[in-house]
Amino acid sequence: MASLRAPRERDTAAAHDQGVSGAFGAMSRYSLQRWRQGELGALPVILGLVAIATYFQTQEPTFLSSRNLSNLVLQIAATGSVAVGIVLVLLLGEIDLSVGSVSGLCSAMLGVLIVKSGWPWWLAILAVLATGAAIGAFQGAWFALVGVPAFVVTLAGFLAWQGVQLRVLGSTGTVNVFEPHISEIAQSYLPHLWGWALGVGAAGLYAVSLWIGQIRRRRAGLATAPVVVVAGRTVLVVALSLASVEILSRFNGVPTAGVILLGLVVFFSLLTTRTRFGRYIFAVGGNAEAARRAGVSPARIRIVVFSLAGLMAAVGGIIFVSRLTAASTQTGGGTFLLEAIAAAVIGGTSLFGGRGSAWSALLGALVIGSVSNGLDLMAQPPEIKYMVEGAILLAAVTVDAVARRSRAAAGR
Amino acid sequence: MPGDQVTREGGGDSAASLARAPILQLRGISKRFGAVQALTDVDFEVYPGEVVALVGDNGAGKSTLIKCVAGTHAPDEGTIVFEGEEVRIHTPADATRLGIETVYQDLALCDNLDVVQNMFLGRERVATLVPRVVEPLSELEMEKRSLGVLASLDVTTIDNVRTRVAALSGGQRQSVAISRAVMWNSRLVILDEPTAALGVAQTEQVLALIRRLREQGLGVVVITHNLHEVFEIADRIVVLRLGRRVATFEHATTTPEEVVSAITGAREAAA
Repeated sequence: MASLRAPRERDTAAAHDQGVSGAFGAMSRYSLQRWRQGELGALPVILGLVAIATYFQTQEPTFLSSRNLSNLVLQIAATGSVAVGIVLVLLLGEIDLSVGSVSGLCSAMLGVLIVKSGWPWWLAILAVLATGAAIGAFQGAWFALVGVPAFVVTLAGFLAWQGVQLRVLGSTGTVNVFEPHISEIAQSYLPHLWGWALGVGAAGLYAVSLWIGQIRRRRAGLATAPVVVVAGRTVLVVALSLASVEILSRFNGVPTAGVILLGLVVFFSLLTTRTRFGRYIFAVGGNAEAARRAGVSPARIRIVVFSLAGLMAAVGGIIFVSRLTAASTQTGGGTFLLEAIAAAVIGGTSLFGGRGSAWSALLGALVIGSVSNGLDLMAQPPEIKYMVEGAILLAAVTVDAVARRSRAAAGR
Repeated sequence: MPGDQVTREGGGDSAASLARAPILQLRGISKRFGAVQALTDVDFEVYPGEVVALVGDNGAGKSTLIKCVAGTHAPDEGTIVFEGEEVRIHTPADATRLGIETVYQDLALCDNLDVVQNMFLGRERVATLVPRVVEPLSELEMEKRSLGVLASLDVTTIDNVRTRVAALSGGQRQSVAISRAVMWNSRLVILDEPTAALGVAQTEQVLALIRRLREQGLGVVVITHNLHEVFEIADRIVVLRLGRRVATFEHATTTPEEVVSAITGAREAAA
């Protein structure tokens, strides 16, 4: 390493005088250095998404149509929301197998409270969110305080909450929920102007905060990423968000459920990277004993994280009810749980704890959703879908494991 | 939290005024675990600007003694005087509050966090936008302070403080752990086997860092098995054997043979 480092720095310095080709050189060298240390970031999943989109587009020209992409957003809203909670749990190095059942139970509760008990929609939503959070906190406490492995506690939850879901739904099994406010969550679209305001505003805010951060670092005399890298990132994000709004606007507009998912991802991304609480999640996931000695209470962090996972499971359940205008015994069952976990992992959050990002929930859900959506368009049967999703999950975990090994190798 | 951070420079003059008095003084410390008498009537003292090597065979009571100071164990008998005042240290937090920091062999670093994040773990600086609700981390401030601390300790081997600790060498990791321990206005630093897992060049880095702590007026206690190292850095050498303090040597007036015979008990047998 030491012998390689010196010439690389010299090259970077020289690159400043060589215009565009030099700038590209600096960018690729900067990235290469990070990748060699196993810091892959979102790169593998973005490459994967491009490959998947290219393949399906050549097979089925409607894949990238506005209508289908709009539909895709609605298809991933529930999975993505639940996957955000899974990301938090994975950051701790734990797993939550109960989120599917909790989603199902929450959807059943929502339906029954509104339809059978006549609760106002907002009160029912609040009750359901509180229930999800309470279930998560209960399981988290059982794990953190009693010491039963989270895998087992949430496996028990997986079975038990499904039972409660069936009990809540009663003999009819399905409750149709035609309440208009609930339906709007996953069936409405932002007016065009709002959609554009949101796209431009979000992209602008991101770009401005990125550059202010760069300028402040430079003023403070701290090392900064090469300007080309920051510029490239800005252009990419702005282009991506404007293109998304444009494409979605050509159909019905930006789906509300998509905005909710994006908002949750941004919120949890800020929570995990910019706050003490977020820092402590990473610390407990990396080395719980070190965190404890530094004055952090691992038990408190664990209980709160599992509670947030329960909360996000409830959000997923609500989106389900809205999309299907019904709560049934099937809601939250089947492959839903595993797709949520797979989304978090495929998106780049490590199964080994301490590494990952809320964005991986969105990216991973997009991968799973695209594959499922594309194979449906090609009229492939479910068995093919399962096999392809399994292969993608294996590939994602392999990338994670290999990156982990190269990080360990870079350490010496 | 930011309020209780005082810069190192602030502690400088008190170190000079206390130069004659011990920073830490233990008197008659005894500790028993069930049937095992781990420590018997041990006195121990550290002066500011001094490196004390605490040596002894396995089971001699070195770890128990430092754990009594670090707040992990409470002694059964005896008193602890810190900077002239009798104190009680019941928890690691008590020790930290007094300015006593311990770096254990496992270093207690989070591999997945970078150098800055580790140095400020549990004591992050935040900007308060909405008290107790919106308090984003002040990354810039923490990074600047980390760079400053590393520079003041001449730790030049870490060129990027945003590197994850997993990617650092053993010597770099030890340097991060020690730097973290001394950046919180600590007066006394206890190092448990700081070079046990290191190669020659990296051991040199860590020993140089320990000398710098001495120059800055801190009291330093080093537990080690390596006599060569003891003679390289220690001003005084305290030998424990079977839970008792059996000998104390001044660096200038002793030889490795004398120390070894004290550790093994050969000296007592001869006397």
